Amino acid sequence: MTDTRLRQVPGMGMVKGLWVTLSTMFKTLFLPKAHLATVNYPKVKEQPVPRARGVIALDQEACTVCMLCARQCPDWCIYIEGHKEEKPPDKPGGRIKVRNTLDRFDIDYALCMYCGICVEVCPFDALFWSPEYEYSESHMGGMLHDMDRLQDWLLTVPENPALEN
Amino acid sequence: MGFLTDLFSNFWVSLAGKLLLVGLMIPLVGLVIGFAELKLSAKMQARIGPYFAGGRWGWAQLIADGVKFFQKEDLIPAEADKPVFKIAPILVLVSTVGLLVVIPFGPGLIFRDLSVGVFYALAISSLSTIGILMAGWSSANKYSLMGGLRAAGQLIAYELPLVLAVVGAVILAGTMSMAGIVEAQISSGYPYVIFQFLGFGVFMIAALAELTRIPFDMPIAESELVMGYLTEYSGFRFLFFFLAEFANMFSLSAIAVTLFLGGYWLPGISEDVLAWAGPVILMAKAFLLVFIMIWFRWTFPRFREDQLQSLSWKILVPIALANIAITAVFKVVF
Amino acid sequence: MVLDQDLVRHLAESSVSVELETEDMTLNIGPQHPSTHGVLRLVARVDGERAFDVHPVIGYMHRGYEKLSEVRTYPQITALVNRIDWVSGYANEVPFIVAAEKLMEIEVPERAQYIRLILTEMARISSHLVFMASYPLELGAATPLFFALRERERVLDLLEGVTGGRFHPNFNRIGGVKPAYGSGSSTRKVIQDLPAGFLAETRDAMDKVTVVVDEINSLVAGNEIILARTKGIGVLPPEVAASYGVSGPNLRASGVKFDLRKVEDYLPYHLFDFEVPVGENGDCWDRWHVRLLEIRQSVRIIQQAIDGIPSGPLQAKVPKVIKVPKGETYVRAENPKGEMGYYLVSNGGQGPYRLKIRSASFSNISILPWILEGVLVPDIIAIMGSLDFVLGDVDR
Repeated sequence: MTDTRLRQVPGMGMVKGLWVTLSTMFKTLFLPKAHLATVNYPKVKEQPVPRARGVIALDQEACTVCMLCARQCPDWCIYIEGHKEEKPPDKPGGRIKVRNTLDRFDIDYALCMYCGICVEVCPFDALFWSPEYEYSESHMGGMLHDMDRLQDWLLTVPENPALEN
Repeated sequence: MGFLTDLFSNFWVSLAGKLLLVGLMIPLVGLVIGFAELKLSAKMQARIGPYFAGGRWGWAQLIADGVKFFQKEDLIPAEADKPVFKIAPILVLVSTVGLLVVIPFGPGLIFRDLSVGVFYALAISSLSTIGILMAGWSSANKYSLMGGLRAAGQLIAYELPLVLAVVGAVILAGTMSMAGIVEAQISSGYPYVIFQFLGFGVFMIAALAELTRIPFDMPIAESELVMGYLTEYSGFRFLFFFLAEFANMFSLSAIAVTLFLGGYWLPGISEDVLAWAGPVILMAKAFLLVFIMIWFRWTFPRFREDQLQSLSWKILVPIALANIAITAVFKVVF
Repeated sequence: MVLDQDLVRHLAESSVSVELETEDMTLNIGPQHPSTHGVLRLVARVDGERAFDVHPVIGYMHRGYEKLSEVRTYPQITALVNRIDWVSGYANEVPFIVAAEKLMEIEVPERAQYIRLILTEMARISSHLVFMASYPLELGAATPLFFALRERERVLDLLEGVTGGRFHPNFNRIGGVKPAYGSGSSTRKVIQDLPAGFLAETRDAMDKVTVVVDEINSLVAGNEIILARTKGIGVLPPEVAASYGVSGPNLRASGVKFDLRKVEDYLPYHLFDFEVPVGENGDCWDRWHVRLLEIRQSVRIIQQAIDGIPSGPLQAKVPKVIKVPKGETYVRAENPKGEMGYYLVSNGGQGPYRLKIRSASFSNISILPWILEGVLVPDIIAIMGSLDFVLGDVDR
C-alpha cells in the first residue's frame, strides 16, 4: 500500500514503469531459462500434469454395456450399442452364460465437455482419463472417436500419481 | 567509375536513381522497424515473439505479412466515399517519403538540400493529418469517424509544439537547411541537445503524438474504437498505413537526430571517414530513438483526448516558447 | 391560432443567435467489441465525445442454466455450473453444492472443506489476475497483460494438478470433494486427493504471485497516466451501490466493508486470519486497488490453509444414488466478482425442481445507466473495465 504513495516526484511512476519493462527485456534476452514464459510450440511441447483431462480412454474388456456412462453424461455424447451373446458354460452341463458385448462405443468430442462424470460412475473401471490433447481435426466428423481409437488411447493413460500424505 | 559519375551527372538518371532509392527505403526501413517492434515488445513481455517464419528468429514474419496483405480482397464499404477512401493511405505515405528527402545521411549525401529544409520537413509531415481525416471521414463507420475527429484534434494540437521545438535549434545554427544545421553542430563541436534538451524533449513527445503511437493513440485506441480511422481498411491499403507509420517513426527520429543529436557526426571522427560512416551513424542514432519510442509504447497506457489536449496546449507550448526565448537571449548575449 | 408564450420566446431567441446545429449520434458499443468482456451491447447517444442515455442490452449469451437445471442431476449440474463465471471456475460450484448439502444435512469432512477453501481462493486469485491483465489493456497498456497471465498459469497449473481441469474443475461432490475415479473392484481406482508436491508447489507459486503482483503494481498503479485515467472517474457512492445491489470488490471500493466470507459459513473462513480491503472514493482506481489487495489477502489465506490442512476423508458417507429431500434453501457466497447465490428448490428427486442463480455481474452492471451518464467515451471503457463483469455471469 505504501509503495504507491511514495511517488512524490512527478514522473517517478512512469520511470518505474519504464524500468520494469526494460529489465524484463534484458532478463528475457540474457536469462531465458528463468524468465521466458513461452515455448517454441510445436518444436517444444509443454507436458500436462498426469491428472489433466485430455481425452477419455476405453478398456473394452472391462465394459459390460451397462449404459451408466451414456445415461449420466450431461451432453449425451456417448453412443453405445451392444447385444447379448451366449457363451459356453464354464463346466460341461452348466448354464449357458449370457454376456453383453459391445458393438459400438463412440464418444463425440465435439460435444464432450470434459466433466468426467462418465469416468467416475463407471462401476467396472472401463473408462480412464489421459492427458493427451493433440487430436484436433479439420472436419467435425473426425471428432467422433470410435471404439478402437478409444482403446488406443488406453496406452497413454499414465500411472496413478503419488499422493500427498 | 568514371562512367558511373558521368551517368549520374545526367539529371534524369540521377533523379530516377534517387526516386528508386527513396522508394526502396520506405518498405525496407518499415520492415526492419516493424520486425524490431515485434521482437522487442515480445522480450519486454517475457515472450519469444515471431520465430517460425524464415527459420531462426522469424525474420521473414513481416515479409509474410506483407504478402498476406497484398493478396487480400480489396474491400471498400458500400457507403464509403470511394475516391477519398482510396487516396487517404497514399497521402500518408507521400508525407513520409517527402520527409526522407531532406535528411542528410552524410556530408553531401542528401537527396535534395533545400535551403528551407526544416520548414519543408514540418510542412510535409503535416500532410498526413489530412490523410488521416480523409480515412476517418470516408469510411462510413461511426467508429472511424470518431477516430478521425480525435485525430484531427490531436494532430493539429501537436503540430504547434513540434514546430516551436525546432526553432531553438534553428536559432543556434543560423540556417534552416538541414545539412547546414549538421555542419553548424560539427563546427561548434557539440550536439545541440546539450543546450536544447527542452526542445528535444518537446520534439520527441510531439513526434510520438504525430505518429499516433501510445501514449497518444486515441485516434486508433484499439480497445475502444476497434482500430479508429483504420477500421475499414484491409489488404494493401492497410499495408500502406502500416508501413507509413513505421517509416514515419524513422523519418521523425532522423529529423530529431539531425536537429539535436548531431546527425551523421560523432565527435572525434574525421571528415573523410564520415563519407561512408555517416549513414551508419545516422541510422544507429535514429534506431536508438526508435527503440525509445517502442519502449514507451509498450509501457504506458493512453491519454484521454482532453488530457492529451491540455498536455499540448498548457504544458508543451509554453515550454517550447520559453525555450525559444531563452535560446534567443543566449544567442544574442553570447 | 394562439401563440403561447414559450413558443414566442423560443422564436425570439432563435432569431437572435446563430448556433451551430449538431446532432447526437447513436453509437452501438458492442456486441462485438474488444472491451465489453463478452457480448454486451451498449446503446449510447453520443454528442461529440460525451455519452448520454446509455442502455445496456444483454441476453446475447443466455445459455439457459436455470432451465437446464430442471432436467439434470446434481453431479451433472456441478459440471455445468462452473461455466457461469468462466474466469473463476471453481468458485461457482461451491455455493450450489453447499445448498444441496444443507438440504441433505450432511456434515462435510474437514479436509474436504480445507481443499474447497484453498481452491476457491485460488479461483479468486485467478479471476483478479485476469482483471489485472485486461484492465490496463483497455486503458492502452499492453504489457501487464502478459505478466498477469503468466502468473495465472502457475495457479491454473496447480488447479489442474489437483482437479484435472484448469478453468472447469468439476471437483465438488455432494458431501465433499471428488474422492476417486473408478468405483469398481479393479485396481485402477485413481484417488483424487492432493498430488504429491502440491503443498510445496503452492507455497512456491504464492511467493511468485506476490512478487509479480508487486511488479504489476509498480508498472501500473504509480503511473501518472493511469492515475489521470482512473482517479475520480466513475465514482460510485456507497448508497447508490447498495441500492442497486452491487456486491463484491465494487461495493468494497465504495467504502462499504461487507464481505460474505466474514458473514456466511459456507466455508470455514472463520479459522483464518485475513483482512477485508476497503476503498475510499469508489472510483476506478479504488476498484483496481481493492482487487490487488484482495489477491494479497487470498495468498495469506492459502498460506495459512496449507500450513494447517488436516488429514481425513475427502467425502462424507453419501448414498450411491443421491436424492435431496424436499425443501428449499438459499446459499450465497463471496465469489470473485461479487455475491453469487443459489436458490435451490428440491422436491425429493435426483435433480433440483428449480434452481435460481443470483449472479454477481448481473447486479453489478445494473448501475451502468446511472454511472455512465454524461461520461466521455474513453471513460465508458475505463468504467466498464473496472466493474469487472463477465457476460457468462450476466446472462447465465
